[in-house]
Amino acid sequence: MESFIINLLNGLSWGMLLFLISVGLTTVFGVLGVLNFAHGSFFMLGAYLCMQVMHIVPSFWVGLLVGPLVVALLAALVEKQLLRRVYGRDIAFQLLLTFAILLVLDDGVRIIWGPGYHVVEPPAVLAGVFSLFDNTYPIYRLFLVFAGPVIGLMLWAFFRFSRWGKRIRAAAMDPEMAEGIGIRVPLLFTAVFALGCWLAGMGGALAAPHQSLAPAMGERIIIESFIVVVAGGMGSFPGAFIGALALGLFESFGTVFLGRVQMAIPYIVLAAVLLIRPRGLFGQED
Amino acid sequence: MNGAAYVKKTILLILGTALLLAAPAILPLYWIMITTEVLIMGLFAMGFNLLLGYTGLLSFGQAGFFGVGAYTVALILSHGGTSVLLSLGAAVVVALITAVVIGYLCVRRDEIFFAMITLGFGMMLYTVAHNWVELTGGSDGLPLMMVPPLSFFGCEISLFDPVQMYRFVLVMVIIGIWILWRIVQSPFGLMLTAIRENRERLAFVGANVRQLRLAAFVIAGGVAGLAGGLFGLFNAMATPDIMHWSFSARPVLMTVLGGMGIFFGPMAGAAIYFGLEQMMTHLTQNWMIFLGLALIPVVIYFPKGILGSLVAWKKTVPQKRKKPLP
Repeated sequence: MESFIINLLNGLSWGMLLFLISVGLTTVFGVLGVLNFAHGSFFMLGAYLCMQVMHIVPSFWVGLLVGPLVVALLAALVEKQLLRRVYGRDIAFQLLLTFAILLVLDDGVRIIWGPGYHVVEPPAVLAGVFSLFDNTYPIYRLFLVFAGPVIGLMLWAFFRFSRWGKRIRAAAMDPEMAEGIGIRVPLLFTAVFALGCWLAGMGGALAAPHQSLAPAMGERIIIESFIVVVAGGMGSFPGAFIGALALGLFESFGTVFLGRVQMAIPYIVLAAVLLIRPRGLFGQED
Repeated sequence: MNGAAYVKKTILLILGTALLLAAPAILPLYWIMITTEVLIMGLFAMGFNLLLGYTGLLSFGQAGFFGVGAYTVALILSHGGTSVLLSLGAAVVVALITAVVIGYLCVRRDEIFFAMITLGFGMMLYTVAHNWVELTGGSDGLPLMMVPPLSFFGCEISLFDPVQMYRFVLVMVIIGIWILWRIVQSPFGLMLTAIRENRERLAFVGANVRQLRLAAFVIAGGVAGLAGGLFGLFNAMATPDIMHWSFSARPVLMTVLGGMGIFFGPMAGAAIYFGLEQMMTHLTQNWMIFLGLALIPVVIYFPKGILGSLVAWKKTVPQKRKKPLP
C-alpha cells in the first residue's frame, strides 16, 4: 500500500510535467501542422533560464515567471524567421528544420552552461518533506501533481471561452476562412508557437527543482511527449492529458512490476495505438 | 539522356572509382579512415533515400536495421564464426527479415504517422540491444575481439589493417550502390517514384501500392543491414547507441544535405557531414551547433540539397548558352 502510493505520486508528478510539454506540442501541431522536434529543447531552456534568473534574483517564483517568457520570445523569433518558411512543405523538411533548431539549442545550452549537472533548490514554502506512513515524501512533487491540472484547466478555459482561444481554434480548423473574416493568421501562428513553447519552458522551470539539469534532459522528454501526442491524438487536449498521465504511471509502476522490459513499453504502446487507431486515441479520423 | 552526357557520366564514375581506389597512396591514414566511415554512412543514407527521395516515405527508425546488421556481424564473429563475408551476408538477411516484419505493419501509415511508427519500432530494437545484456552486452556494447582474415584465391587479407579495411568497404559499398542503381533504373524504381508523385493515381491504374512500399522498405532495410555490418567490422564493436533515434536522424540529415532528388545526393551529404565534423571539431567540441546552423539555410533555401542544387544549376547554364546571340 505504502509503495503503491509513493509510486502513484511519482507517476502523477512526472505525468503532469509530461502533460505540460505535450499540451504545448499538440497545440502547435493542431494549429500549425508542424511536429516540433525542438520542443524538448525549449523545455530544457526553460529550466536553465529559470536557474539563470535565480542567480540574479534569488527567487524561484521570479525564475518561474521570467524563464518561460524569455523562451516564448525566442520561440516567436524562431517562428517568424524560420518556421514560417516551411509550412506546407514536405514533412521531412519541417522535421529537419526543427531538428536543426534542436541541435543549435542543445549545443548552445552546452556552450553557455557547460555539460555538467546543475541543481535548483525548490522555494522555501515547498522545500522539505512530509511524512507519509513510515516514509517521507518531498512536498515539491505533491505541488507538481496539483500545478499540472490547474494550468491544464486554465488553458482549456482559455481555448474554450476567450476571444483569442476561439480565434486560434478557428485558424486551426480553416486558416483561409479565418483570414477571410479578418483574423490575422500569420500573427496568430507566431502567438500559438510562442504559447506552445512557453508551456514547454514552464514545464522546464517547474521540472528544475524536481530533477537535475543537464543538456540531455530535452532529448529524453521529446520522445516521450511525441509518444503522448501521437498516441493521444495529434492536436487533442484530453488525449495529451490522459496520454501523459498514463505514460507517467506506466513508468513509475513499470519499473516495479516489469523490470527491464519497462523501457520498451512506451514504444510498444505507440506502435499498437497507431496500428489499431491510426489517428490516436482521441484523434479525429478523416 | 543523350549519348555524350552518358559517356561523360561513365567517365566521371570511372574516374571517381579510380580516385577512391588510389586514395590510400595519396591520403594520410587518418583521412582513409574518415573516408571509410563516409562510404559506410553514405551507403546507409543511399538505401534510406530509396524510401525518402524515391518513394516519399520518411522513416525515423532506419538505425534499427543498421544496428541489427552490426550486432549480427558482432555476434557471429564473437561466437566462433570464421567468415567475414558470410557474417555480412547474414547481417543483410537478418536485417531483411526484420524489415519485412516491421515494414508489413508500418507501410499502411502515411506521412507523420509513418515517421512516428517507424521511430517507435526503431526504439524497440534499441531497447532490446540496450537491455538484453546477456546477448548484446547492454550499454557497453559487443566488442569484436578478432576479425578473421579474408581469403581470396589463397592470399589472406587482414582487416585489421585500416587500408585493407578501406578497400574491402569500398568494394562492398560499390556493390551496394550498383544494386541500388539497378533498382532505381528498373520499372519497379519508376513505380516507387510514381508512389511519391501520386499514389492514388498509381492505385487506380492497378498497382499494389502497399506491396511496392513494403518492397522499398525491405530493400532499404537490407542496405542498412549491410552498412551496419560494415560499420560493426570497421569499429570492431556494436553498441546500442547506433540504434537510437538520434542515429536514425543521420541518414535523413545526410540525404537532405546532399539532395534527396538525386541518386548520389546522400553520399555527398555524408561527405559534407563528416567534412563539417572534421573542420569544426578542431575548433570546438560542440560541433553539432554548426551542423544545425548549416542545416537551417539548406532546408529553407536549398530544398534540393547541396549536390542537387549544383546539378540543377549546371543544367541551366548550357541551355542559356545555346540561345543564338543577337
